[in-house]
Amino acid sequence: MKPERLWTLLFALGAIFATGCFVYARSDADWWLVPNVSTIGREIDHLFVIILLITGIVFIGTQVVLCYILWKFPDAPGRKAEYVHGQMKLEVIWTIIPASILVFLALYQMGTWSKIKFRSSMPKVQPVAEVTARQFQWVFRYAGEDRRLHTDDDLITVNDFHFVKSEPTVIHLRSTDVLHSFFLPQFRIKQDAVPGLTIPVWFDSEQSGKFELVCAELCGWGHYKMRGNVTVHETQAEFDEWLKKAKSEQNRDQLALANAANGG
Amino acid sequence: MSAHAHDHGHDDHIHPAPSNFLTKYVFSIDHKVIGIQFLFSGLIMFWIGGLLALAVRWQLAWPWQPIPLLSGIWAEYGYRLPPEYYNKLFTMHATVMIFFVIIPLLTGAFGNFLIPLMIGARDMAFPKLNMYSYWFMWPSIILMSFSFFVPGGAAEAGWTSYPTLSTFRWSTSGALDGQTLWLMSLLFAGISSLMGSINYITTIIMLRAPGMKMFRLPMTVWAMFITALLQAFALPVLTSALIMQLLDRIIGTNFFSPANWMVANSGNVVGGGQILLFQHLFWFYSHPAVYIMILPAMGMVSDILSTFSRKPLFGYKPMVFSVSAIAGLGFIVWGHHMFQSGMNPALGATFMLSTMMIALPSAIKTFNWLGTMWGGRLQFTTPMLNAIGFVAMFVIGGLSGIFMAATPVDMHIHDTYFIVGHIHYVLFGGSTFAIFAGIYYWFPKMFGRMMNERLGKIHFALTFLFFNGTFFLMHIIGMHGHPRRIADPTVYEFLRGSGVVGMNQFMTINAILLGMAQLIVVYNFIYSLFFGPKAPANPWHANTLEWACPSPPPYYNFLKIPTVYRMAYEYSADDVAPRDYWPQDEPAAESKDEAAVGHSH
Repeated sequence: MKPERLWTLLFALGAIFATGCFVYARSDADWWLVPNVSTIGREIDHLFVIILLITGIVFIGTQVVLCYILWKFPDAPGRKAEYVHGQMKLEVIWTIIPASILVFLALYQMGTWSKIKFRSSMPKVQPVAEVTARQFQWVFRYAGEDRRLHTDDDLITVNDFHFVKSEPTVIHLRSTDVLHSFFLPQFRIKQDAVPGLTIPVWFDSEQSGKFELVCAELCGWGHYKMRGNVTVHETQAEFDEWLKKAKSEQNRDQLALANAANGG
Repeated sequence: MSAHAHDHGHDDHIHPAPSNFLTKYVFSIDHKVIGIQFLFSGLIMFWIGGLLALAVRWQLAWPWQPIPLLSGIWAEYGYRLPPEYYNKLFTMHATVMIFFVIIPLLTGAFGNFLIPLMIGARDMAFPKLNMYSYWFMWPSIILMSFSFFVPGGAAEAGWTSYPTLSTFRWSTSGALDGQTLWLMSLLFAGISSLMGSINYITTIIMLRAPGMKMFRLPMTVWAMFITALLQAFALPVLTSALIMQLLDRIIGTNFFSPANWMVANSGNVVGGGQILLFQHLFWFYSHPAVYIMILPAMGMVSDILSTFSRKPLFGYKPMVFSVSAIAGLGFIVWGHHMFQSGMNPALGATFMLSTMMIALPSAIKTFNWLGTMWGGRLQFTTPMLNAIGFVAMFVIGGLSGIFMAATPVDMHIHDTYFIVGHIHYVLFGGSTFAIFAGIYYWFPKMFGRMMNERLGKIHFALTFLFFNGTFFLMHIIGMHGHPRRIADPTVYEFLRGSGVVGMNQFMTINAILLGMAQLIVVYNFIYSLFFGPKAPANPWHANTLEWACPSPPPYYNFLKIPTVYRMAYEYSADDVAPRDYWPQDEPAAESKDEAAVGHSH
């Protein structure tokens, strides 16, 4: 083997490493998309996999061609390079094919995007909570028994978010100081919290259990620890019970929590 | 041959070379010296930016463990990195790399050095403006460095500096004076770039040698031209955004504070501004800025690939149109940075479509690069290897962009390590490999000596391996949900698994090795500068005009302004066989002379 051909192997190694990472990732829960529990998350994962397949094929294709070229055409005495300046037909082909794939990809996303984020497709339900982000905590204000926010029987929790399984859940997202971002990785939901705006966000869960809320927008020195607990209750009754219990605790320890909520 | 009529006028413009040290090497108006000044300052800043990144990587792999060599600074914190300092590290890493390394190296160093040489001019159109453009970098660098030592330390709102983290002085320690200095520093850097861009546009339009039609320009010059246009149109917007933020901070205007705003029991701030306005203005510049950081690289790589494939560039005109399309579309895609920002989601849908379309010209360029190499006689020199590295890695950076362009998928991976992986495949895998390719390729022309090929190849191989080791897994942890800009991922349960921790450590070890591999190029560069073998005028047997003058070129570049007879890519043409190159300024044999002048592919 000519020594120049070692370079083909180096570039092939890079491509194999990249492909291998994604192939292996599918089999390791620490590598793949964090396990999803929401219905929109399933759609998003589906779109992700579609893009991964298409880009994967394009990637492998170009790398194979590149490595073939490097293997096949190293300089050799007596061989002459082709003298061509281009070819219109090829140019047209490799413009039209990627263009149609890209337009397809863009259009294919639209349904999911509008379903998740457009105001018009927001589920017509009372918000379960008003979520106020501040440095460096999440403050949740739940409506009490009157089902209305900003009344005397509201429940306020810090870094503790509860909602009910299998029901479309709406929150109103605000911020009192700087930008934050409400990120539920297991639900594939992300929305920045913007001072001055109240942004409705909706999602649901197909599973009950404990999950995590992440702040995904840099918000200052404590950004990394702006973490919230998420609890999805199996039934509305279970949620109501928690709410009642939490409220009785809140009434015992009013002062500390009121301070926390003052920003809202 | 009407073109020759201009010759005399150009020849009158030889000025005597400066004789004293200060005007020759420091306050020089010679585009070559200024280019080399940009090169040296850019490479020095590259080390600073790189070391900042290593500190970031250390903290991610081994959170709160004392950083070797550095932790003494934080003795009073138990040798641990304070979290706000972590924010300063990545803020400054990005700021330095973007504004003091990649833009100055690509446009400042290569643009300055190459444009006049490649178009057959004696200097830039405005040599003094060119000098100011370099020296305006220094207030910028000094202010940025000084900001580490003011109360509260350097800025820590990210290189994006979104309000209100950057405008409310109480919001974080870097929002004290550090942020003000950051803004002032970038204003200087912006003015420097703007002076350069005006100069490049004028020079390329006005000072081309006779016969150098626009469609005979090498791709490098085309790319520099389009880049300069991008800068000229986008920078004013950044400048106004920076000034507005500065006013918000200093004299209490409310461009970016919401109406009737109250924080932390303070009195009402009478606002009426909009936070998202800053993001719009910032990205209206900064998205084109991403192309400012990649288009010149694409141009240089096109020329290098053609030279070492001994083959004409495949699809020259489609390449020119692609670059122009990227620049044009580059102005209508800024919203894709703001899909989750609270911007109207309907806008997100349109920005998704335009963003998908901007992938197209990049795809066309990639296919054309492959077409250029196909059927060539590939010479695996160090510049060629780096150029191939660019093509191979840019493909990854381009494809990973599609994930973020898809708005629903972006919901999950926005602000995660996926985007960090993407941008590093574009800016390191793309721009930086092109910078290396450019250094190895034009070093003989810049300094009149050859660099060591063996060391160059070792450097490339190690850089290629460790680069992939450092950055590829970022896509994986990103899609797993690992947010960017967090000082300690183990705060989150889903990031505490041995897989994620292991990947973070693997990436950090590779990053350290990647940094160490750069010592080879430093040694090679400095050694070759003094002891490298003398370079001939045209060591690579290339066609473009810079190889027509001696290495290094004299003060006036061309004793006689060359006349251009053909495109830059006439490699392996039958007309001059068995020689496989045909310089742009070489007259054709007598009988073919007239035909060659009018001939354009």
